[in-house]
Amino acid sequence: MAATTHHHNPDVNYINEFKGIGSWLTSLDHKRIGLMYMISVLTFFLFGGIAALGIRLELFSPGQTVMTADQYNQFMTYHGAIMVFMVIVPGIPAILGNFFLPIHVGAKDVAFPRLNLLSWYVFMVGALMGIATLFMHKVDTGWTFYTPYSIKTSGAATMMVVAAFIMGMSSILTGLNFIATVHKLRCPGMTMYRMPLFVWAIYSTAILQLLATPVLGITLLLLAAERILGVGIFDPALGGDPVLFQHFFWFYSHPAVYIMILPAMGVVSELIAAFSRKTIFGYTAIAYSSLGIAAVSFFVWGHHMYVSGQSETAGIVFSFLTMLVGVPTAIKMFNWLATLYRGSISFQSPMLFALGFLFLFMIGGVTGIMLATLAVDVHFHDTYFVVAHFHYVMVGGTLMALMGGFYYWFPKMFGKMYNEGLARVTFVFIFIGFNVTFFPQFILGAMGMPRRYFDYIPAYESLNKISTVGSWLIGIGFLISLYVIIDGLLRGKKAPANPWGAKTLEWQVPSPPPHTNFHHDPVVTAGPYEYR
Amino acid sequence: MNEPKDVHHIVDYKILLKSGAALFALTFLTMIAFWNHHHLGAFAAPIAFLIAGVKAAIVMMFFMGLKYDSTMNRIIFGLGFFFLAVLMAFSALDIWTRVPVLGTI
Ligand SMILES: [Cu+2]
Repeated sequence: MAATTHHHNPDVNYINEFKGIGSWLTSLDHKRIGLMYMISVLTFFLFGGIAALGIRLELFSPGQTVMTADQYNQFMTYHGAIMVFMVIVPGIPAILGNFFLPIHVGAKDVAFPRLNLLSWYVFMVGALMGIATLFMHKVDTGWTFYTPYSIKTSGAATMMVVAAFIMGMSSILTGLNFIATVHKLRCPGMTMYRMPLFVWAIYSTAILQLLATPVLGITLLLLAAERILGVGIFDPALGGDPVLFQHFFWFYSHPAVYIMILPAMGVVSELIAAFSRKTIFGYTAIAYSSLGIAAVSFFVWGHHMYVSGQSETAGIVFSFLTMLVGVPTAIKMFNWLATLYRGSISFQSPMLFALGFLFLFMIGGVTGIMLATLAVDVHFHDTYFVVAHFHYVMVGGTLMALMGGFYYWFPKMFGKMYNEGLARVTFVFIFIGFNVTFFPQFILGAMGMPRRYFDYIPAYESLNKISTVGSWLIGIGFLISLYVIIDGLLRGKKAPANPWGAKTLEWQVPSPPPHTNFHHDPVVTAGPYEYR
Repeated sequence: MNEPKDVHHIVDYKILLKSGAALFALTFLTMIAFWNHHHLGAFAAPIAFLIAGVKAAIVMMFFMGLKYDSTMNRIIFGLGFFFLAVLMAFSALDIWTRVPVLGTI
């Protein structure tokens, strides 16, 4: 596809074709909506990150140091709620998915562009409501809003819960849009099996968003009803059951873990193929394992409730079913490794993050199998072992992939190159900082240090100090990334259409792409990874 | 673009009117069942659910047009109910298999 003919001005693209803030706020262009999500999510990431640094700072030494116990509970709640609902759930699908899914399937836009813009506004309403509770009576329930405490706390839990409900609506709309786009807008020649694996991953995620998020919505509404009207669904004094809240909550929130990690796996598939210069190994296996993970994820939620008063029988059944998640996950892992085997690997910054993902996600996954084991979890439950495990999955997995994806697609999104040397430095800081922060937490958890606590006994002090120092390294890494982004935007060299020599459709169009993505309607004749 | 065969089906308005009438009739039937619920005893709730189920089916088939839709879309629609059943079944599994704690002393 030639980038230009005499009909097309090569200097006109989706960024400069229309001007002014109004043209952004009313834009139906999936690429602009993706960037709007990017700006909002990065801003919320800053909030969530500051809360995380605050938590670690308080835990630097035992006893009260920089905040009171109540403030600590609030920091923990906002760190969790912001990072989950405002950063990691919308992160990859709403930013990179919005920008690249339509281009990947050869479409001009998503199936419902207006709905797409609406989903951003709905997200912002929910997110700003959540942030607004900071100026009211701050919430201290943790991001899980467990009953019975969430029913009686004086924090603005009702408003926070409604905010999460609204953000859930946005997530449903995004998922709906992507499913319709994949089914209806593929260009001629783009069969399901010629779609990039990123699209398969976002598609599987969209199914989860559509099927699981309504349950979160209903659960949070019931909790709000419980707080306002005292209906008694979760209150034993009125014949309710607090454990029922956990059933409802985790029926969404376990699949939500895959809403967070599946898109990351999709990004990693793209990065590994592109930087190994090799056809991806086991395309169909990776594609179907995404659907497999999505399907299994609905049958495992009880592993969060082994010690919550759930029956032993249910615990045994859930423990067995949880192990099954390991199967499709391992299939992906082996296929990625097989892709690397005898590839011509280049260690550019996106690839570094992809390899970091493989390493950290494997630790996160294997410790997940440990926690799935009923008898082992009785000891580890509610200790720092669990905290370390899910940070290895969410940060070591999703955030690493998000960073790799940012660097990979930055030239396409903005038409500029960034400083590759500094980008590698950010990887070094984030990767080392992450391990320094969270590996000691496995040991602390095995030693029995409970999670969510404001204070600890002196025996835990040295490992906590190491962990806090690690959090500073991560912070420095992200500050440098911010500099790399701003520096690239202001002073970056002009990016060619295909700086990495990759094969998927987005690299066949100019950087940045024109408003309608393609100057000529694309016709696809080959798969997405036909390197050699 | 890939499936040019599925054209949007327009449901005849007479069918819509008939389904609407059926919904009103069934609502009335629910009320009759409610007025007589002490005669029905334990069957009162199952009967009410049965009527509600028939009403939901009418809405899905005719108003939402699933009767005329592709199998794929019917499967996708059915999936929602399947996972609802999963949610209820596993929650019930927990509650029905709990052993009451009688105290150890
Ligand atoms: Cu889980």
